[in-house]
Amino acid sequence: MSDFAKVGRPATRETGSRGSAPNTAPEATIPPNPPDSGPPPAAPKVVTRPGDRIFRTLTVGSGALIVVMIALIGVFLLIQAIPSLSGNQASFLFSRDWNADPAALAFGVLDLLLVTVFSSVFALLIAMPVSLGIALFLTQYAPKRLARPFGYIVDLLAAVPSIIYGLWGLYELAPALKPVSTWLNDTLGFIPIFATGSSNLAIGQTIFTAGIVLAVMLLPIITAITREVFDRTPSTQIEGALALGATKWEVVRTTVLPFGRAGYISASMLGLGRALGETIAVMIILASTSQHFGFSLFDGGDTIASKIARAASEFNDPRGAGAYIAAGLVLFVLTFIVNAFARYIISGHKEYE
Amino acid sequence: MAKRIDVKDLNLYYGKFHAVDQVSLAVPPHSVTAFIGPSGCGKSTVLRSLNRMHEVIPGARAEGKVLLDGEDIYASTVDPVSVRRTIGMVFQRPNPFPTMSIRDNVVAGLKLAGERDKRKLDEVAERALRGANLWAEVKDRLNRPGGGLSGGQQQRLCIARAIAVRPDVLLMDEPCSALDPISTLAIEDLIGELKKDYTIVIVTHNMQQAARVSDQTAFFNLAGVGQPGRLVEIDETERIFSNPGQKATEDYISGRFG
Amino acid sequence: MSTATDLDRPAAPPAFQEIGAGRKLRNRFATGLVWGAFLIALAPLVWLLITVLARGLEHVLNADWWSRSFAGLTSRQFGGGVYHAIIGTLFQGLICAVIAVPIAILVAVYLVEYGKGSRLANAVTFTVDILSGVPSIVAALFIYALWVTTLGFPRSAFAVSLALVLLMIPVVVRTTEELLKIVPDELREAAYALGIPKWKTIVKIVIPTALSGIITGISLAIARVMGETAPVLVLVGYTSYINFDPFNGSMASLPLLMTSERLTTNAIGEARVWGAAVTLILIITVFNLLGSLISRLTSLKTK
Repeated sequence: MSDFAKVGRPATRETGSRGSAPNTAPEATIPPNPPDSGPPPAAPKVVTRPGDRIFRTLTVGSGALIVVMIALIGVFLLIQAIPSLSGNQASFLFSRDWNADPAALAFGVLDLLLVTVFSSVFALLIAMPVSLGIALFLTQYAPKRLARPFGYIVDLLAAVPSIIYGLWGLYELAPALKPVSTWLNDTLGFIPIFATGSSNLAIGQTIFTAGIVLAVMLLPIITAITREVFDRTPSTQIEGALALGATKWEVVRTTVLPFGRAGYISASMLGLGRALGETIAVMIILASTSQHFGFSLFDGGDTIASKIARAASEFNDPRGAGAYIAAGLVLFVLTFIVNAFARYIISGHKEYE
Repeated sequence: MAKRIDVKDLNLYYGKFHAVDQVSLAVPPHSVTAFIGPSGCGKSTVLRSLNRMHEVIPGARAEGKVLLDGEDIYASTVDPVSVRRTIGMVFQRPNPFPTMSIRDNVVAGLKLAGERDKRKLDEVAERALRGANLWAEVKDRLNRPGGGLSGGQQQRLCIARAIAVRPDVLLMDEPCSALDPISTLAIEDLIGELKKDYTIVIVTHNMQQAARVSDQTAFFNLAGVGQPGRLVEIDETERIFSNPGQKATEDYISGRFG
Repeated sequence: MSTATDLDRPAAPPAFQEIGAGRKLRNRFATGLVWGAFLIALAPLVWLLITVLARGLEHVLNADWWSRSFAGLTSRQFGGGVYHAIIGTLFQGLICAVIAVPIAILVAVYLVEYGKGSRLANAVTFTVDILSGVPSIVAALFIYALWVTTLGFPRSAFAVSLALVLLMIPVVVRTTEELLKIVPDELREAAYALGIPKWKTIVKIVIPTALSGIITGISLAIARVMGETAPVLVLVGYTSYINFDPFNGSMASLPLLMTSERLTTNAIGEARVWGAAVTLILIITVFNLLGSLISRLTSLKTK
């Protein structure tokens, strides 16, 4: 088609013209964004259009607004809580009684905090293994064509509003659990968590019921993220294990699980955060009680969230409301920490991107 | 239409990384210039600097001058967006806008700049599609989505889109590397016709293609790993391929490396 | 191997060795557990849906339910409907969407198109993650502290919408961000090369390409906030009358109706609660389906 230089030309060449290239280099790719060892020199000023400037400002402003909002949440809650905290007769962090009567403020968040953490951890302990199983099922075991519809069904669990979970928990699950809780209380009642608590087992308005409902609510959250992570297991690893003659379980155990471990833990932390903040389902299921929390699954009581919700319609006096806001602040800090921790766990894992 | 390009002492940087060193060359109007060289030698980077596209990457920077009929496109008063309206570009993989019909794709440059006159838009669409040798194939389905065409047709659609705004220069970044040989030939024929109206610069890693379509050829190379790319030699195509001045050029052309 | 012709032995060892019984057993066990986990997830879902339908469906099946309120009825009288609560739920959700969606889309655009790698972008991503973990009761308390106590506005449906905005923004930001990332860079480059400014490229090319997914995401997010109860408990009062004014007075909504009527421990209260539950699930389902439908209609056609 065309003729061009052939091999074997005489060696005399002029050096000159543009940029001499003494020894030809093999291919080397220019990295698009090479690591800098210092701040890059400033780009020269470029003409920008007003449309671009306005739009960019809008987007940056929106981003900044979000960041400010989180700070504002902390700030405002604190401001509203301080008058009540200063008028508080009891120790906020260590007292176990809650009295938010503005005339005689004596509120302590300890009991609420204990119930919150106890019920959430209980729910998490149930939800974690089941979610792991579901995630494995959807990504490794389910027939390929059914994996999507099955996954959709599991996601439906997340679409149900928590108030309906609460109603179902109270009116259907609690009575159904009665034989189980009675048996546990009778046979294992010497263990503190199964000891008789402040709530009537026959009705079932216990942390036991609430925890199970919470666990069901956590399933879609933990499963969704874990599924995504399991799907990203490099197929080369899976194929390598299969080629060694491993059974399905062995393949999963050696490739999918180690790869996805950090994502799974992170997802569980997010689930924990959700459980800590769940309000209405707990409010409906748990029976109020004036007794202190006894570390039994069969206690009633309140979490921080449900306590606030119960009193919500009576937020008229700022000093009374301030007590609840102080409790809300504690909850905010708690969920902040749990969520930040969840992020931290997967922060180093580039393979999840 | 069809202006001349003069590049003087062009240096290109990505952040602190010196990607291309001291390039100077001239592209006459109504001609086809080919940039050839091994992977990573900077030929695409230089091409993109000709319509200030490399600035899209954050931290990318250019020093030196690129003159379009004597006017420096890098002058501080020049808006990069307007530069790109007069210097068009066609990319390696055809990229028609998926939300638009074929006709809307072709006139996208005009429509998004505010042109509303439907008759004018239709005229421009026909002219551009004829100019890209695509009119006969799509004239009955101008309202269909742009994504429904074959690869070669999509690339001609992108060419039509680029020439619809009547640029002075047309830059082509390996326009045929994602296409089959027949489509490639169709586009090479098209380039031969387009040069009557436009100045064309084409980057290609296919030396035979450069030899087929271009009037002059520029050979780029790297001095070494991590070194900036530079222009080794630029000359009439025939001479580059039969009697290159530099040994590096000859080595590349005869396939000793690259 | 051996040349003795023993007719009871195979001529050569089998080409494929069986794996050990222990491994097989563990494998079967694991498979069983995993299938079991899925069924454990299904059971409560099915049970719950059956419960809600069994207890509430009958009350929903008359025209009155959808067109009348409980105005004038005591808690001992049958009849009426939840029109006032449906209106309230829809209003609160849509007002929230009108505020939250533009902000969320702008934030997503910032994260994908402008801010990559900058310190502000890192802060924003972090904040969006934290915001998505903020419990609804805390969001409600914040709006109470800000809107009611500090700024002095009365409790109202609008306050509820503000709290819902805090809950909706992170969801829409995440889904929109994912969708914008999927739009190939080549499209942006093609637009820039035509001399289209960046903002126009984003508004007229990038966002329309991602639009069907964005709409689905918004629709799902609205469905979720409509079921939130904590904000309505804190920020608005319940009424059995229809109220179209989001800025003044009490406004009913389905979750609020359920919490109020729950305290009426007779058959009428029960009917109202479960009927409202069915209604809420129906509305949420409609929004989910609407989202899928719109997505399919507006998705990019290639022929």
